Amino acid sequence: MNKIKALVFKENISGIIFVMPFIIGLICFLVVPLGISIYYAFCDYNILSDPVFVGLKNFKTMLNDELFWKSLSVTIFYTVVSVPLKLIFALIVALLFQKTTKIAGIFRGVYYLPSIIGGSVAVAVLWKRMFATDGTINQILHAMGVEKTISWLGNTDTAIWTLILLTVWQFGSSMLIFLGSLNQIPRTYYEAAMVDGAGKWRQFFSITLPLLTPTIFFNLVMQVINGLLAYTQCFIITQGQPMNSTLFYMVHMYNETFVYYKAGYGAALAWVMILIVGVFTAVLFATKKKWVYDGGF
Amino acid sequence: MQKKRRIQKTIYYIVVTVIGFLMIYPLLWMIMSSFKETNTIFTTASSLIPETFTLDNYINGWKGFAKITFGTFFKNSAFIAVIATIGTVISSSLVAFGLSRCRFRGRRLLFGAVLLTMMVPAQVLMVPQYLWYQKLGWVGTYMPLIVPYCFAIQGFFVYLMYNFIEAIPKELDEAAKIDGCSYFGIYARIATPLMVPSLVTAGIFSFIWRWDDFMSALLYINDAEKYPVCLALKLFTDPGSTSDYGAMFAMSALSILPVLLIFVFFQKYLVEGISTSGLKG
Repeated sequence: MNKIKALVFKENISGIIFVMPFIIGLICFLVVPLGISIYYAFCDYNILSDPVFVGLKNFKTMLNDELFWKSLSVTIFYTVVSVPLKLIFALIVALLFQKTTKIAGIFRGVYYLPSIIGGSVAVAVLWKRMFATDGTINQILHAMGVEKTISWLGNTDTAIWTLILLTVWQFGSSMLIFLGSLNQIPRTYYEAAMVDGAGKWRQFFSITLPLLTPTIFFNLVMQVINGLLAYTQCFIITQGQPMNSTLFYMVHMYNETFVYYKAGYGAALAWVMILIVGVFTAVLFATKKKWVYDGGF
Repeated sequence: MQKKRRIQKTIYYIVVTVIGFLMIYPLLWMIMSSFKETNTIFTTASSLIPETFTLDNYINGWKGFAKITFGTFFKNSAFIAVIATIGTVISSSLVAFGLSRCRFRGRRLLFGAVLLTMMVPAQVLMVPQYLWYQKLGWVGTYMPLIVPYCFAIQGFFVYLMYNFIEAIPKELDEAAKIDGCSYFGIYARIATPLMVPSLVTAGIFSFIWRWDDFMSALLYINDAEKYPVCLALKLFTDPGSTSDYGAMFAMSALSILPVLLIFVFFQKYLVEGISTSGLKG
């Protein structure tokens, strides 16, 4: 009994016991699945029968897989367009709400609401109906005098934009992160600038923007990763149609694995995506020195 | 000058209101449409106010699919989200406390691993985890939707709580230690009561994420009896399903109700969680 008591009072033993859940979780739910999936990436594996080692075959297949390239380019296009739009919007709106009046607080809530529910199936289902040919968007356009009925989701040019719009609509959480850093900029900086005769624009470009660059960088990294890995919207709204013009990489991976039962190929696709995310993150970090202000306040 | 300011202010409020209205228009449209007669939803899609106000959509929608009502789906979702959230909060707080308050070999390495799990997105793990859970015989059960989260694998929450505990003065622990309190006593009697705000923040984010977790449900749950709400909603969009759009809107609106309520009552915690630790909403 005393022995147990002594153990419980020991700092290092207690520490290990406290972090035990994470150690177990890390091994069982991250390290092991990632580890075995490396092996599967080099196998023919249809989930039902045992995997057969085939070397680099899956990666060679990828090079000739039209949908791989298509989905990769769709995903990158979607990310490169939607992330900057989202961040610019978030920043502009954050600037509008910088004043902490009561009304601004309520509006902030309204603007933030879409990003808290935006990932749900309910919203994806709703989006699909809004952009249907007889949906609310077309009807409002009709009421405004536009004669044409546009098939937003049936047209290869417009379908991807409905998904981009859905993403940009959820700028609320980025906006809140911007607001958090905006409020940390000391007021004295602006007072000093005003004394020196700097106008509003000058203040924005010489004080606000440089001091926000670390936050912009953080948002950019997070949103780019999220963008590359998006799937729910595509899955429910477009299923990659029309003509695969909205086929996200993650959905392609899902289809190969769970629809065509090519789990080995799916594991290879997953690993290629991990590499792509890594490359994007590394590139962003490499440019960090060039434009991110790190002097603190 | 006075006049110019007033004009500026008016323009500001007009701009902010118009954008705000556009922001919530889709949601308003969904909620309003759910009270319209189902055959008029698309003929009157450009107006928000229902001509005749009806609750039929809710009654019809609630009946669900193949004799399984939405009552079952909601019960399933609540079960998954509540258990996984309790597991997340307890395990994350234990780990955060251990990392913050105990010195032991490998602590730094583990802290690095926590940060790393924040960077590894759940989506890329979809296929690897499926293959692993398949081996464990978990496919078709709620295990993959609940058990992993009870082992603090979401670094965000550990990190959030870690920062919170770091801000609690160490003198409190020292005093308790002198009084003969073990580390577990300190965790249970001193740290936990003081970290309630971070537990609430983590709890509501976890609940929202688990409630909306569509992909895992799609992968692991095959039996319609066990469907959570998000997966049941997808049935409405499946080709070949009778398209009762009124019922679809009604059940969609109901499905976001728990999250809406959290938003209304816990907005402070949501805002804090996002602006201090960059949790995505």
